[in-house]
Amino acid sequence: MNTIVCVKQVLDPEIPPAKFKIDPTAKQVIPPPGVPPVISVYDERAIEAACRLKDKHKGKITAISMGTEKAADVIKHAIAMGADDGFVLQDAAFENLDSFGTAYVLGKAIGKIGEYDLVLCGRQAADWGAGEVGSILAEMLGIPVVTLAADIQAADNTLKVKRIVSDGFEVLEAPMPCLVTVSGEIGLPRLPAGPRMMMARKKVVSVWKASDIGADSAKLDKANAHTEVTALTVPTRKTECEIITGSTPTEAAANLAAKINVLI
Amino acid sequence: MDNHKGVLICGEITDGKLAPVTIELIGLGRKLADELGEQSSALLMGSKASGLAQEAIAYGADNVFVADDSLLDQYNPDAYTQIVAGVCQKALPSIMLLGHTDIGMDLAPRLNARVGGGVAMDCIALAIDPATKLLASTRPVFGGNAHATMVSKSARPQMATIRPKTVPPAARDASRQGQVIPVEGKVDPAAIKVKVVERIKEQVEGVKLEDAEVVVSGGRGIGGAQNFAMLRDLASVLGGAVGASRPACDEGWVPARLQVGQSGKVVSPKLYIAVAISGAMAHIAGCLGSKAIVAINKDKDANIFSVAHFGVVGDYKQILPALTAKLKELKSA
Repeated sequence: MNTIVCVKQVLDPEIPPAKFKIDPTAKQVIPPPGVPPVISVYDERAIEAACRLKDKHKGKITAISMGTEKAADVIKHAIAMGADDGFVLQDAAFENLDSFGTAYVLGKAIGKIGEYDLVLCGRQAADWGAGEVGSILAEMLGIPVVTLAADIQAADNTLKVKRIVSDGFEVLEAPMPCLVTVSGEIGLPRLPAGPRMMMARKKVVSVWKASDIGADSAKLDKANAHTEVTALTVPTRKTECEIITGSTPTEAAANLAAKINVLI
Repeated sequence: MDNHKGVLICGEITDGKLAPVTIELIGLGRKLADELGEQSSALLMGSKASGLAQEAIAYGADNVFVADDSLLDQYNPDAYTQIVAGVCQKALPSIMLLGHTDIGMDLAPRLNARVGGGVAMDCIALAIDPATKLLASTRPVFGGNAHATMVSKSARPQMATIRPKTVPPAARDASRQGQVIPVEGKVDPAAIKVKVVERIKEQVEGVKLEDAEVVVSGGRGIGGAQNFAMLRDLASVLGGAVGASRPACDEGWVPARLQVGQSGKVVSPKLYIAVAISGAMAHIAGCLGSKAIVAINKDKDANIFSVAHFGVVGDYKQILPALTAKLKELKSA
């Protein structure tokens, strides 16, 4: 079974909010100094899902990431976890694409990779978090899509996917090839074993430019974007924290209890 | 510029009634359409749709498209995409609104890809730009730490999914008049590639985290699974639920479904008590909508105090039992 996993490198969401700064003119986030970007949390779960399927059914996993040259790190992470190969899609023309543009580039790269049974994406990115690229990509590839997977089983060219909904879950069946977006409920990603980490570290990750994947420059033209960000702001929060004290922890707790009792 | 006009709302029916979010969207659609001087329409699907068309008109729709087909009684992504795309390509709305629900979050991106519009997901505010007449959709990004406003300059329809309860429900006026338009064409079974084979409602013990009025969450500082008993005691006195930060879930101290944060549940209780949680950006994203936040942390410089309304600096192991006991006493008084 051949799986392609789309992964994204993002600003580490586990930073303290004080380190989160934006450039309102450029409508972009300013990367905090000294904090390396990380793989988007659901994308790491998507790699885990791919690895579990490979453990059972064999086959090949290819990871792709559109981003900067640094995105080689997330490809190496995917390889350390169990992916066989991976590519970075980097080109000035790929910068600040909307979801349609992103899906277009991923689709062209998938076309270059060739045959596949399954495409996996995280349910949404930890930065812009729209959760739409996977579905748009599936429509572009002309394959079925199931979103928000908590479990994926494959048998007889059909996938059985447990999909998370607000009051429980659904089980859906989809013929392969298809695309599935993976949710956190799939479970924790594996810790890469030492030898795989060594191998991944040494891997030279190829970079594909627009011309390598045959991307049509009109599709990447910002003038043809489906959506455009017109403002990026940080909402102001006016919270004054009242610190409750006491001569002993018990007394502080009692004073807090009195406050809480009024709130509810 | 083009012939796309008016607002179309993709309605949802739950338990034989218009879903609350649909009533909110009909109100919002009415407001946007009035600003543009255009019409507002709603689409209802399934065998209950005909019976609810007048109801949608009473809430403010000028036109109601009715797709009366029992294959649409429950959500199937392929069937819904096919029918909604068909109505959209016929009605040619300038704006299309969906709830950011189980259905809307799955349907909107696919629909958008199929009809070639521009979508903004999980919006908390919509407005018509007075100069350009474009729909300006505002949505939280970076886990709610920033807000982005988006427009679609030329792609149509301008689509948005709206987070439930961000706009008030529309006022009902039974005297309103409108047109009911049957949707021609049924679901093409050949176009249904994905099949829903089972639907399971999960039984939750006690109060569901998302519905709880009080949430007591623990973080990495809790130190172990057994210590969560203290949080459960406090939650039970307050009739609340227990949650956790990502590190506490990753450690396996509590199940992952209790995770509050950007990659877990987003909660907005009356009272959120964060115990031994430092307050990373991703965690705060999950609890910022709470009416009141109480933080208990050893570190007086912990980030959590910057979003909390009340705080105690100290060891939770000393504070929680005393807090639980005192609240029990106050409750029984």
